Amino acid sequence: MMDYFFSGPGLAFTRLVIYLVAFLAFVGLNAAYLVLAERKGAGWFQRRPGPNEVGPAGLLQPIVDGVKLIVKQTIVPPGTDGLLFRLAPAIMLVPAFMCLATIPYAESVYGRNINVGLLMVFSFGSIGVFAIMLGGWASRNKYAVISAARIVSQNIAYEIPMLLVVITMLMVTGTMNLQEIVGQQAGGFWHWNIIKGIWTLTNPLMPVTFIIFFICMLAETNRAPFDMAEAESELIAGAFTEYAGFSWGLFFMGEYANIVVSCSVGTILFLGGWQSPIGVLSGGAWGLLWFFAKMYLLIFIVIWIRWTFPRTQFYGLLNLSWKILIPVSLFTLMLTGALLKLPLLLRHIF
Amino acid sequence: MIAPKEITYAGGGALSAPPEESFVLNLGPQHPAAHGVLRILMRMDGEWITRAEPVIGYIHRMHEKMGENRTYAKFLPNTSRIDYLAAMHYTHAFVGAVERGARIEVPLRAEYIRVITSELQRIASHLVGWGAWIMDLGGLTPILYAFDDRERILDLMEHICGARLTYCYYRFGGLCNDVDDYFLQGSRDFVPYMRKRLKMYRALVTDNIILRKRLEGIGIMDAEMCRRYGVTGPVLRGAGVGYDVRRAEPYSIYPRFEFEIPHYPAGDSMARYLVRMDEMEQSLRIIEQALDQIPAGPIMGKVPRVLKLPAGDFCYAVEAGRGRFMVRIVSDGKDTAYRLKLRTPCFANLSPFEEASKGMILPDALAMLGSLDLVIPDIDR
Repeated sequence: MMDYFFSGPGLAFTRLVIYLVAFLAFVGLNAAYLVLAERKGAGWFQRRPGPNEVGPAGLLQPIVDGVKLIVKQTIVPPGTDGLLFRLAPAIMLVPAFMCLATIPYAESVYGRNINVGLLMVFSFGSIGVFAIMLGGWASRNKYAVISAARIVSQNIAYEIPMLLVVITMLMVTGTMNLQEIVGQQAGGFWHWNIIKGIWTLTNPLMPVTFIIFFICMLAETNRAPFDMAEAESELIAGAFTEYAGFSWGLFFMGEYANIVVSCSVGTILFLGGWQSPIGVLSGGAWGLLWFFAKMYLLIFIVIWIRWTFPRTQFYGLLNLSWKILIPVSLFTLMLTGALLKLPLLLRHIF
Repeated sequence: MIAPKEITYAGGGALSAPPEESFVLNLGPQHPAAHGVLRILMRMDGEWITRAEPVIGYIHRMHEKMGENRTYAKFLPNTSRIDYLAAMHYTHAFVGAVERGARIEVPLRAEYIRVITSELQRIASHLVGWGAWIMDLGGLTPILYAFDDRERILDLMEHICGARLTYCYYRFGGLCNDVDDYFLQGSRDFVPYMRKRLKMYRALVTDNIILRKRLEGIGIMDAEMCRRYGVTGPVLRGAGVGYDVRRAEPYSIYPRFEFEIPHYPAGDSMARYLVRMDEMEQSLRIIEQALDQIPAGPIMGKVPRVLKLPAGDFCYAVEAGRGRFMVRIVSDGKDTAYRLKLRTPCFANLSPFEEASKGMILPDALAMLGSLDLVIPDIDR
């Protein structure tokens, strides 16, 4: 009987179960402990201790918060669109799960090695916006509707430079398989895409491309200073105003899961994924360590930015995308294309 | 059918929203940006404000009437509850009005201590206003830095009078306690500490490009508009008018000190921001001078046992944290006032909001609301 689960079609089933359990735990724990990290980080930046009462050094705080959210009543206010209102939190969380399935955490730790992994991440990543839009719309709350309208224009504005950056990366790497993209960056930090472009002359503006990616990532995940959808001093809690209990908790989890996905993609595309920065100490568990070190460093920067900067103006946010990010990312795209094809052209002429 | 009003929007040309395409947004009385119980009834066209009408009165406490049916000494603690962030200034105005009426001489040492505490209070008040405003703009950290600095001031105040927020330190004819070396040394140490902090705030917040973009050119109130609504304080000085009660109607011993009245002509939110930041530096200057000159001596003048004001009309205005605060006592010779008028700055400072916010986008309007630095109990009294 046991053999069935470790061979043939049974193996796929076992993998699926392991994947589901592991990723549910991964997303849940990440969301819970990133909240704690965020609050601790905020405390650190603001010269106060942060949560430190529940458990040793406040480590049980997220568990208690999770239990609190689960046992709270999920209120569906009268007048709301019941179906969409209940559906929106799930739409927020599920695409993030799908994205995580394709991410290679180490050489042999991944959910699915898909040839179009990059495409899948970005197609599922774009669904998250629907959740906020539908949640805001279904709430029948004026603040929530304003927030829904904002999130749509913000996401349209930032998908474009984000995808232009991704196309640039695609031209450099030549593959959509995330595992292969990481494989190309082996052998020390100077082989990472963010630096490699400079000395191989494929795209000397690669650091700029990374910054554009990072800014777009902040905007896509609704993080400060671009947290227009949840601008608490303007729109109370934006699209989440009417949500209570765990349906609100799911939005929260989705937000953090999206941050994990975005930072993972950033790590894979630009920072060498699970490759060691010094060439040695790579492979196996080291890969996992390097990957998470890089990913959590990016997440730390995200938290750092949130607690340092004020929120941008809404039209300033759109201007930044349409007037600066899109032209610059188009330019890097064209530059990369030209530089990639230049050797061929020269060989053809001479 | 009523024709919709033509409104020029901040973002572009003239648009007009028919009533069926606009909606009413009831901002407050419980809203994070309202800083208390201010309600703003907004008619919105999308995110554009076509009309924003402040609705006040949610924390009306009848301070004026209370001042008319109790003795002056009994009303004194009330004055520190009107604007709880600038309590010293408010007690100063009331105490000053009574002293003016009863012709009570205040000893010089008491006047010096009043100036020192008033200026410390001004810094504390601006710090809270600054921090809360940046929080409105989405920067959540500066308010905790501001509270950290303010804590030092509150500790000093607690040491001299026991209270941390609503002081009753100024009394008719002087002060309730003399200050000791702990307070004087603490204030002296505070000056260089705060200068260092202000430099840090400039680097962290003032020069931040995001903040500048949010404040520059937003919520312009020119001098003419300020004059029409009776706006005073940093808001007026942000419109380029260097009006400060400490200079315009000198009171206490302010003429003895050298200080500037910072004012910026731009009239936008950034000008009001810079005025407050500069004012903190000027307050530090005044504190420094006062600490150098403070004489020894009594802290209480001769005050009659039963305080009665002669029949007449007595005014005393001070430059409070948010503008000109004036107490007017009309006395008919009894031990209570016949009429007590409190002229509070926030009421006047809120008034131009309706006109200035027309055609603004919601976040900008709230940034401007923050720049007015309102204390709601001060509006409602």
